[in-house]
Amino acid sequence: MLKLRDFIRLIVMAIFCHRLRAFLTMLCIAIGIAAVVLLTSIGEGIHRFVLSEFTQFGTNLIGINPGRATTVGASVGVFGAERPLTIDDAEALKRIANVEAVIPMVQGNAEIKAFGKSRRSTVYGVGAEFPTVFTFNVSAGRFLPDDDPLAPRAYAVLGYTLKNELFGTKSPLGQYIRIGGSRYRVIGTLESKGQVLGFDLDDAVYIPTQRSLAMFNRDSVMEIDLLYKEGANQQQIVGAIEKLIIARHGKMDVTITTQQQMLEILGSILNVLTFAVGALGGISLLVGGVGILTITTIAVRERTSEIGLYRALGARRIQILALFLGEAAILSGLGGVIGLAVGLLGGQLLQLIFPALPTHFSLFFTSLSVILAIIIGLIAGVLPAMHAAQLDPVTALRAE
Amino acid sequence: MIELQAIQRDFNVGDQTIHALQQINLTISQGEYVSIMGPSGSGKSTLLNVIGLLDRPSSGTYTLDQAEITALSDDERADIRQHKIGFIFQFFQLLPRLTAQENVELPMLLAGTAPFVRQQRARKVLQSLDILDRAGHRPDQLSGGQQQRVAIARATVMQPKVILADEPTGNLDRHSGREVIRILERLNGEGMSLIVVTHDPEVGQRAKRHIRMIDGKITHSD
Repeated sequence: MLKLRDFIRLIVMAIFCHRLRAFLTMLCIAIGIAAVVLLTSIGEGIHRFVLSEFTQFGTNLIGINPGRATTVGASVGVFGAERPLTIDDAEALKRIANVEAVIPMVQGNAEIKAFGKSRRSTVYGVGAEFPTVFTFNVSAGRFLPDDDPLAPRAYAVLGYTLKNELFGTKSPLGQYIRIGGSRYRVIGTLESKGQVLGFDLDDAVYIPTQRSLAMFNRDSVMEIDLLYKEGANQQQIVGAIEKLIIARHGKMDVTITTQQQMLEILGSILNVLTFAVGALGGISLLVGGVGILTITTIAVRERTSEIGLYRALGARRIQILALFLGEAAILSGLGGVIGLAVGLLGGQLLQLIFPALPTHFSLFFTSLSVILAIIIGLIAGVLPAMHAAQLDPVTALRAE
Repeated sequence: MIELQAIQRDFNVGDQTIHALQQINLTISQGEYVSIMGPSGSGKSTLLNVIGLLDRPSSGTYTLDQAEITALSDDERADIRQHKIGFIFQFFQLLPRLTAQENVELPMLLAGTAPFVRQQRARKVLQSLDILDRAGHRPDQLSGGQQQRVAIARATVMQPKVILADEPTGNLDRHSGREVIRILERLNGEGMSLIVVTHDPEVGQRAKRHIRMIDGKITHSD
């Protein structure tokens, strides 16, 4: 039987003898693989980028909003009216097991004045634990103190942009500013958080919730955000919140949204994106496969008399099959490796040229594409090779 | 050694059946020198292919070395071709990407002979055919006569019992043709059976036994 070393030598010689054809075959697969690797790494990069934008606030968050998206048969009048969410509700929620922090939130817009400068900015009414819940860092001074939530002192904390606009390089700590006409003392500034999905959290001022209620003439908060302990059972906490709201409001009249749910929905949308991009790459891989099939088919036709000779010299059918299959395997394997290298390098290069475009190498899609390339290469090799092995030696020898 | 009994070979061309070989009965002993002659389409090449196990007869029995061949599997037939039969073709059928020596080594390579043994034997055969100095050349660097001598070396390197030559001089000038025939006759003198299919009466007449074929039938056999 043919020795493995000689077998490989025969294949390598055949490949070298048809350099151009071998090169074109490899190119077919390489382009396909490179396209898959590049496109999926862009898709995966965008996926991760969007997810990280969302998770920079932490993942153990639960948002509670007043009102419930339900449809009832008829107007329920006064009985159907929902109770507003209040600071008292937030205080009660703090007593649920495994809850680390609760922030009753109010958001509004007001004019902020300091040293003759004036700027309209977003005003957030929040609690003392705001930096912990939303992973903000205080850059100077401190955040709002843990005052009596119903009678807090008139302190304010400035966002990064607002501080720069109003005070420039000077320290605002201890200074008095006017927000919507009331006087506040600045006790801290926040580090920059950047724009998040269009919201500029830096061009903002943070004051105690109770004071923002008065400023905007409201009697209820807009949202209560709740941070629970890492590893705690989210289901249990949601259950406890529901129970508490029913006890306090008489019915379930709030909507509870967990960060996890949002991430799951977002994740599934983004998966479709990555998949679609990968499918585009897959099409080019398929085209590459058809290219390989064409080239190997022609190769077998051209080498019919060679096959006849092998048969006359006593080569078995299985050996002929193995020879042609080996050629296809080597070509598609090499093409795969080249494509992989080009794809990865292209991804790196893209990142260098467009730093804003996030790319991320996806092991899953890459291994999938390499496996696919080998399968395509083998199928494209098998069909002509089977044809070659089945050739009648006489007919094969007669072909010139 | 070779015994053909009532060999029939039919081809279907369209809805017509062509009888390429009809009721062939032929016995060739070990060491014989036989020429098969006849006009084109008389079935002489088909007969050679059947003897060489490249083609399967439609019916009849073929015994080679006291072994019934017709019922053997494809792989078993390949093994017999490998060890007992040497082929020589009109167009040499050398692999253009291999050197002369590598071409000669090819049958041993397929048989799994160790590289060292292979090289020794190939060089020995090339030496005996007086073309060892061309061992490193590729076929396109060799003359037709040299190419056919490399092909003869390849056909005989496995020490076959029979050499089947299909128009061995058909693609050569007179001088090279005579040279090739002389070599084949020398090998025949060393004990290998030699069966030559040819158009050329000069080549055919040199054989010790002459077979004439017309329309798939043997019309004359010494």
